Amino acid sequence: MLLEVTNLNTYYGHSHALQDMSLTVAPGEVVALLGRNGMGKSTTLKSIMGLLKPRSGRVLFDDREITGLAPFKIAKAGIGYVPEERRIFPTLSVLDNLMMGVKGGKIDKSNPEAWTIEKIFEHFPFMKERTHQKGGHLSGGEQQMLTIGRTLMGNPKLLMVDEPTEGLSPIMVKEVRDVLRKISQSGIAILLVEHNLKVAMSVATRVYLMAKARLGFAGTVAELAANPEVRAKYLEV
Amino acid sequence: MDASVAMYVAQGIHGLAYGMVLFLVASGLTLIFGMMGVLNLAHASFFMLSAYFGYQMVAWTGSFWAALLVAPVITAVFGILLERFLLKKVHAFGHMGELILTVGVSLIVLDGVKAVWGTESLPLKMPPVLEGLVQIAGMQYPIYRLFIIAMALVLLGILSLVLFKTRLGMVVRAAVSDAEMVNALGINVPLVFMFVFGVGTWMAGVAGVAIAPILTVFPGLADQMGMDAFIVVVVGGFGSLGGAFLVSIIGGLISSYGVQFLSQYAAVLMFVFMAVALAIKPKGLFGERD
Ligand SMILES: Nc1ncnc2c1ncn2[C@@H]1O[C@H](COP(=O)(O)OP(=O)(O)OP(=O)(O)O)[C@@H](O)[C@H]1O
Ligand SMILES: [Mg+2]
Repeated sequence: MLLEVTNLNTYYGHSHALQDMSLTVAPGEVVALLGRNGMGKSTTLKSIMGLLKPRSGRVLFDDREITGLAPFKIAKAGIGYVPEERRIFPTLSVLDNLMMGVKGGKIDKSNPEAWTIEKIFEHFPFMKERTHQKGGHLSGGEQQMLTIGRTLMGNPKLLMVDEPTEGLSPIMVKEVRDVLRKISQSGIAILLVEHNLKVAMSVATRVYLMAKARLGFAGTVAELAANPEVRAKYLEV
Repeated sequence: MDASVAMYVAQGIHGLAYGMVLFLVASGLTLIFGMMGVLNLAHASFFMLSAYFGYQMVAWTGSFWAALLVAPVITAVFGILLERFLLKKVHAFGHMGELILTVGVSLIVLDGVKAVWGTESLPLKMPPVLEGLVQIAGMQYPIYRLFIIAMALVLLGILSLVLFKTRLGMVVRAAVSDAEMVNALGINVPLVFMFVFGVGTWMAGVAGVAIAPILTVFPGLADQMGMDAFIVVVVGGFGSLGGAFLVSIIGGLISSYGVQFLSQYAAVLMFVFMAVALAIKPKGLFGERD
């Protein structure tokens, strides 16, 4: 396994927001983490990333224990995180936003697999014309692309993306979906939190459904498609 | 040369020099606040502590230059120790914990300097080359104040180059808007914090030694500067270096001309300025946050 999360427990003060959460992601696999509002999906990603310190449980990445390490160490281990609120750097240019994702500040030119600015431009052509514009001047969809691009510049083995299609127009939703597919085809594993079931099911092969702070259902996309009761119980409102 | 014009110019130079010193103190305060969300109420105490260290260096070595070089560095080490060993510990208790801690540190510094150096005003002699006046285009200027202005401009230049032309500067600017996100991108943010805290206190330290020959060294030195620097950070916009620079200069000129024309109101002029500026722009001139 690339990522192995076992019995993770996280608290906000006294509120037990993550209860014995477990999940796995294999190398190159796309896994979706779904559930209604406030069930603990973002809390799961933040706990893996070290942005929240789990009180108990383990996170193994590449067979290495990374539980509760500083976020920068977890990022260096190979996990890329694209947060819900996008959080681009609004005062930095598009190019500088991308450069912020480069570990150690130097693009690895010796490794043909490594992400470069040119490769990012191939995936996100709009950025090419706007390299010197401030990140804060981009539209919501463009900012979403920029956060994904920024994280890719760090050459993650696993990309954790939190609700990338939230608030986007249908055309942008399709573009984000296509980008996620392309990223997956390049061999990067993805842990995707999504509200848009169609998008999730069209890029992922396995799904985890969360109910109030814990795991509710785990299975393949085909199993979820064939199981209307599960969908009714954990997803539909 | 008209005597009154000469007086305006002289007050202007005084104001600029004070504004530059104010900027050296406020820039560290605003960067530390912008990045770490810590309003370091002990910042001006470091400014004062450095003035005392400078006084001591001159007493030992007789050299103002040695004082200007060494005292701010020692002060910065104290700043870094505060950040590493105390601020980190109270971080979990939120802003209130940080405020109480930094107030506590400022009280310790105050009592510490009184215990070591007493309560009197101690003179720190400026180097002989910087004494007196220089004649430029028919006007007389105090050399020492021109020196302060030039030195602050050089530091501002270096600071801007680092901030806007280097990777480290880019990281600092990104961290001012979202330090947690910078951390999640694989950058050792705690190390960057330490660096910024060190540079910030170092600049306050430079300001402390620089102003000592003008104001002398005494335990109340931190009060006036602390208040003015705080106003600069609020009006300039938290975390904005450009805002801090502009407001420092305006603030320096206001206090200087204020003493000349409205001497009985001079003490409150900075507050009036803050009130007016915030009424027009509640988030500060260049601020993005509340
Ligand atoms: N900073 C916080 N402090 C306290 N409680 C929080 C905090 N962040 C989230 N919560 C609570 O923890 C629970 C899980 O939140 P989380 O953000 O993980 O949900 P989510 O599944 O990502 O929801 P959404 O689909 O709305 O993004 C919610 O009840 C939420 O109110
Ligand atoms: Mg969420």
